Amino acid sequence: MGGSLRFIPFLLLGLALITAPFVLSGWVLFLLTVAGAKALAVLGVVLLLRAKLLTFGHALYYAAGAYAAGLGVKYLGLHNGFALIGLAFVAGLGVSALLGLLVIRYRGVYFALLNLAFSMVLYGILLKFYSVTGGTDGLAFPAPTFGLIGLSEASLRAQLYELTLFLGSLLFYLTYRFFASPAGYVLFAIRDNEVRVAYMGISVNAAVYLGYIIAGGLAGVAGVLVGLSVGHITPDLAFWSQSGEFVFVAILGGVGSVFAPVVGSILFEFVRNYAFELSPYTWQMTLGAALLLIIFFLPGGVWSLVGLARTRSGP
Amino acid sequence: MRLLLVVLLDGLAYAAWLFLVSAGLTFTYGVLRVLNLAHGNLYALGAYLGATLLLHYAASGSEVAATLGLLLLAAVIIGILAGPLIERVFLRRVYSRDEEVQLLLTFAISLILEDVTKLIWGVTPVVADMPYTSFGSVRLGGISYPWYPFLLVGVALGLAGFLWFVVTHTRLGKVLAAVIADREVSATLGIHVPRVYTFAFTAGAILAALGGALTAPMFSLVPGIGADVLVISFAVIAIGGLGSIGGAAVGSVVVGLARSAAVYFFPELDLFTIYLIMTLVLLFRPQGLFGEIEIRRI
Repeated sequence: MGGSLRFIPFLLLGLALITAPFVLSGWVLFLLTVAGAKALAVLGVVLLLRAKLLTFGHALYYAAGAYAAGLGVKYLGLHNGFALIGLAFVAGLGVSALLGLLVIRYRGVYFALLNLAFSMVLYGILLKFYSVTGGTDGLAFPAPTFGLIGLSEASLRAQLYELTLFLGSLLFYLTYRFFASPAGYVLFAIRDNEVRVAYMGISVNAAVYLGYIIAGGLAGVAGVLVGLSVGHITPDLAFWSQSGEFVFVAILGGVGSVFAPVVGSILFEFVRNYAFELSPYTWQMTLGAALLLIIFFLPGGVWSLVGLARTRSGP
Repeated sequence: MRLLLVVLLDGLAYAAWLFLVSAGLTFTYGVLRVLNLAHGNLYALGAYLGATLLLHYAASGSEVAATLGLLLLAAVIIGILAGPLIERVFLRRVYSRDEEVQLLLTFAISLILEDVTKLIWGVTPVVADMPYTSFGSVRLGGISYPWYPFLLVGVALGLAGFLWFVVTHTRLGKVLAAVIADREVSATLGIHVPRVYTFAFTAGAILAALGGALTAPMFSLVPGIGADVLVISFAVIAIGGLGSIGGAAVGSVVVGLARSAAVYFFPELDLFTIYLIMTLVLLFRPQGLFGEIEIRRI
């Protein structure tokens, strides 16, 4: 097949996604928005996993973004959606730039658990400083404005969906470009052999630091998008189970492609929506069992099935 | 003066608790080089089973020895059941794979155990504080202090001494040292390495469950206690150096006293003392106080 026609499936997919609000019901749209937003945080986890860095505390930046925007609403009286997203992005970048100074010196077990420890510290802060963060009650997001007037609840939902779609696509494209850039390939090289990368004259820590900050910024945006969609944020955003969920979705999708987190995230949100209603006490057990199955039988994640199908059907 | 005494006693009690919960984690890591993320869940299982045994078999006036025996029994049951199962069935298959796969595996097991605990004991808090109240209290320098924390300190000291003795003065200790130093060479010397691994993991599991069982009388048990314990014990062993039991002991005392001082003098710092100390130590000594620097090879 000629390369010139390759873009047609993507074009159709894009059109379908953009026109979805006219067809789909409200809650499907809501789930898609949340899944798309969370996929950004998962993308950050995947980015770090490409350098063999596993984090069990990425919800730290997710919550930092959401709460930065929440505090912006509470203290600065911000209502513009774009300003809130900008604030969350800066918060994600800023906090990861600060903590990254310590964390990037570590690999393996230390990296995973230091992130976990810091995320639990944030969780404690959010719970404890009731007067600022609202404690377990959390903070409310009033409906944001996007420079347009007269929003009903339904059109707000559609707007948030479109916003998540466009902003998410942009960030995914930029991350894809980053993966294909020299700095992105350095992360892959670190995965294979860190010492050799250093011998080539490349600063491993600088590359990891850059990746860590990008992952933090992505999670910050994810946090505010989910906060805006739900309309309310609680300290649970920073809890370890949220970080664990990001890791789970990253492993479920696989780290082979930037599309994998999106596929994994949508799959995850919809399955959870049904499974949680069926049996709330066995949800984590189901996740654990699924994770074991992936580790033993599908190390490349669900996305590797696509590659498998391609090589089997191809010439 | 009295305040200082209370700070000291509280600090030592907290240090004893920290050592009990972190010894198993650092021991397992020392031998297997796998950080067991299900450690906190084994702690929770030990705590729940210990509380159940106390509620069923210990009358409110029962003796110290009987209570301790029941709690120890709970720890051994959990360790013997869960340890070999996790190590032989799951962990053994991933020793040759990347470190992050091993972490993911223990994470998966932790998720499963979390729900197992909920399915067996439910989500309502379980309270078994009879030993704490029935052992009474002791008057010391003008203050009245409960007995149970002293017991905890005693058990922690005993455990530390026991572990030290096993590691330095027994044949088993030499075998462990050989396996830690070089897995392959010790296999050629006739040491059955897989069996040592199973043993070490089971011992770590028993220690985790023991930490839980012994502290069951002090806290009411709710779902999610496992995660907190995992993070706190990691902070303690990161301060001391991963894999070092002596380091865990020193880390426990430092953190225990610092936190108790913070509770009385800077209450708003309470939660953060442990992480503050961890961050400071790691900034200046990345491998922890007693950790060894790992040489990276090409």
